[in-house]
Amino acid sequence: MSNLNFKIIEGTRSAALSIFAHGFRSFLTTLGIIIGVASVIAVVSVVQGFSANITQQFDGMGTNVLNIESYTPRKERLQGVRAKLTYDDYLEIKYRVPGVSNVPPTVRIWGSNAVITYRGQSSSSMIVGTASTYQKLNTVYPERGRFFNLSDDKSRRRVAVLGPSIMSKLDIKGDPIGQHVAVSGEWFKVIGIAEKRGKLFGFDQDDFILLPFSTTRALLGGAEEPDIIVSLQVDEPSQLEQVKQHIKNLLRRNHKLSKDADDDFEIATADQMLDTFDQIVGSTTLVLGGIVGISLLVGGIGIMNIMLVSVTERTREIGIQKALGATRFDILLQFLIEAVFLCLLGGLIGLILGFGAGSLISNLTGLPSATVPAWAIVLSFGFSAGIGLIFGIIPAAKAANLDPIDALRYE
Amino acid sequence: MSKQTIIELRGIAKHYMMGSEGFYALDGIDLDIYLNDYMAVVGSSGSGKSTLMNLLGCLDYPTAGEYKLKGTDVATLDETSLAGIRNREIGFIFQNFNLLPRATALQNVMQPLIYRGLAPAERKQRAEDALAMVGLQDRMTHVPNQLSGGQRQRVAIARALVTEPAILLADEPTGNLDSSTTVEIMALFDQLHSDGQTLIVVTHEQEIAERCHRVITLKDGRLMSDQANKVPVKPLVSGVAAHV
Ligand SMILES: Nc1ncnc2c1ncn2[C@@H]1O[C@H](COP(=O)(O)OP(=O)(O)OP(=O)(O)O)[C@@H](O)[C@H]1O
Ligand SMILES: [Mg+2]
Repeated sequence: MSNLNFKIIEGTRSAALSIFAHGFRSFLTTLGIIIGVASVIAVVSVVQGFSANITQQFDGMGTNVLNIESYTPRKERLQGVRAKLTYDDYLEIKYRVPGVSNVPPTVRIWGSNAVITYRGQSSSSMIVGTASTYQKLNTVYPERGRFFNLSDDKSRRRVAVLGPSIMSKLDIKGDPIGQHVAVSGEWFKVIGIAEKRGKLFGFDQDDFILLPFSTTRALLGGAEEPDIIVSLQVDEPSQLEQVKQHIKNLLRRNHKLSKDADDDFEIATADQMLDTFDQIVGSTTLVLGGIVGISLLVGGIGIMNIMLVSVTERTREIGIQKALGATRFDILLQFLIEAVFLCLLGGLIGLILGFGAGSLISNLTGLPSATVPAWAIVLSFGFSAGIGLIFGIIPAAKAANLDPIDALRYE
Repeated sequence: MSKQTIIELRGIAKHYMMGSEGFYALDGIDLDIYLNDYMAVVGSSGSGKSTLMNLLGCLDYPTAGEYKLKGTDVATLDETSLAGIRNREIGFIFQNFNLLPRATALQNVMQPLIYRGLAPAERKQRAEDALAMVGLQDRMTHVPNQLSGGQRQRVAIARALVTEPAILLADEPTGNLDSSTTVEIMALFDQLHSDGQTLIVVTHEQEIAERCHRVITLKDGRLMSDQANKVPVKPLVSGVAAHV
């Protein structure tokens, strides 16, 4: 209907005119919407940038990779019992489970045992003892030098791959390859430097030293068997469930668990970890949505208030328009367009401010850079327009229902 | 030659309740208005002239009686149809101009055409023509407070005429204007009348009433007299038409 189109175009023009005629007042009116939209966009942009980064990291792991870790239920943990995956568990998984390859064992040591020294400088960093296949599963590539190989592990060579942060912590100058660092008093030759990964949640992801697994075991001595994390790649993704079941049976038998006892280990896929992360993001978004809903509600009431004022101020004008032949619908449309226009303007300002704030937060906290997904933009504008419609309808109806002669006589 | 009736009023009354007392602003008005009538409405202040005009303009409604506009009983129409009548059949001119304050002269004149749903180009063309007719072709982009009183009233007249209404209602159109501007406006009305327009003009001024071809007098809401002006009309000031 072209008639309606002309009226909408005209309504938009006159809405813009009256909004900008009271520029500052319009700005104050939309402040609720601006703040609401800005806060959503700020948080969403940070979370999205962050989760894009996480997803990327998990993608590097591959979807057919399993991680098997010990898991101590809470009750036992309180009793001081600690579950463990032993070296024997690892060997059994590696040699007894069919259809898997690249099965690196990993031990992680941190705290007081994990001190690395170099020429009087020392650094407390995470020690990761693992096999050469770790590289394949975790896509860690050496920035310089090389990763350790099968023979390094077999011969328990004292070689190390450094995380880039250790370099600066130990103040290593010049070419680090070929230099020696001490780990728990034993000398290791640096053969490679890992790629920089940056910070996540303020944690330095580059503060580690990778050693061959057998060397690490030897380093720990026979005092206590370490708790091992076993990673592996399932050759046929369709066999994933069977492989998991196989490992589960095997470990339960090894650990002599009775039929009704819970597993004392966890088998996780990268997908599962990603799901968990998505759930966290999802519930954060939900809580945020609630907060924003309230602020938009307040914003909407502000809009309604000022629109009511505006209708009262323009009572005579409405009377004139009615005398010239404006129908109720014409007046309703005009004021609804004005309310929606006002809200969309607020939404736009909020979007810009929110993205600015998000980028600032990301920069200051070292999180990955903020991104605003298209759905957030659509949602912001949709919500703003909706607020305009919902809270504009009462003032618009009030204007539309004015009696022409009363409106014309209004002083 | 029989005259074509545009408006028929039968027993029209407008009753107001003021506290506990009732009050008739109009009381039993019977009146026929014909095509190309040029009618003055006179009467003392408070006699009900504006009340009558507002009823005729479908801005207000009578409390009793029947109002037929071009044969249609207005009381049977809904709000949207009434808006259509105000838009198409009635051109209303107010004493205080009632222009939209933020809109230019051109936009003011285009306004009624928006409600008719005309395309922008056609709106503009017709509004420009109407403004040219009242001699304001060089004031189109002025907003009301950049125009003199006489110019404002001419914008209002252009706005009333742009829809080519069946009847032009003017409630004291020159009440806020000085005498020379009054002459200009009345010359314009004379011109419209001779072009075939039907006009009803409320006035306090004897000179204006004398120019009209028919004069009705109200008193306390009643129709006291309805006379034809037999005297051939002379221009108020010679050469006014050329002046406008
Ligand atoms: N809304 C209203 N409520 C009550 N009384 C009203 C209302 N509107 C008009 N009146 C009364 O109706 C009577 C007629 O008013 P109207 O405005 O028609 O007079 P008028 O002839 O136009 O006078 P003037 O020449 O001063 O303009 C007046 O006494 C007025 O007080
Ligand atoms: Mg009056």
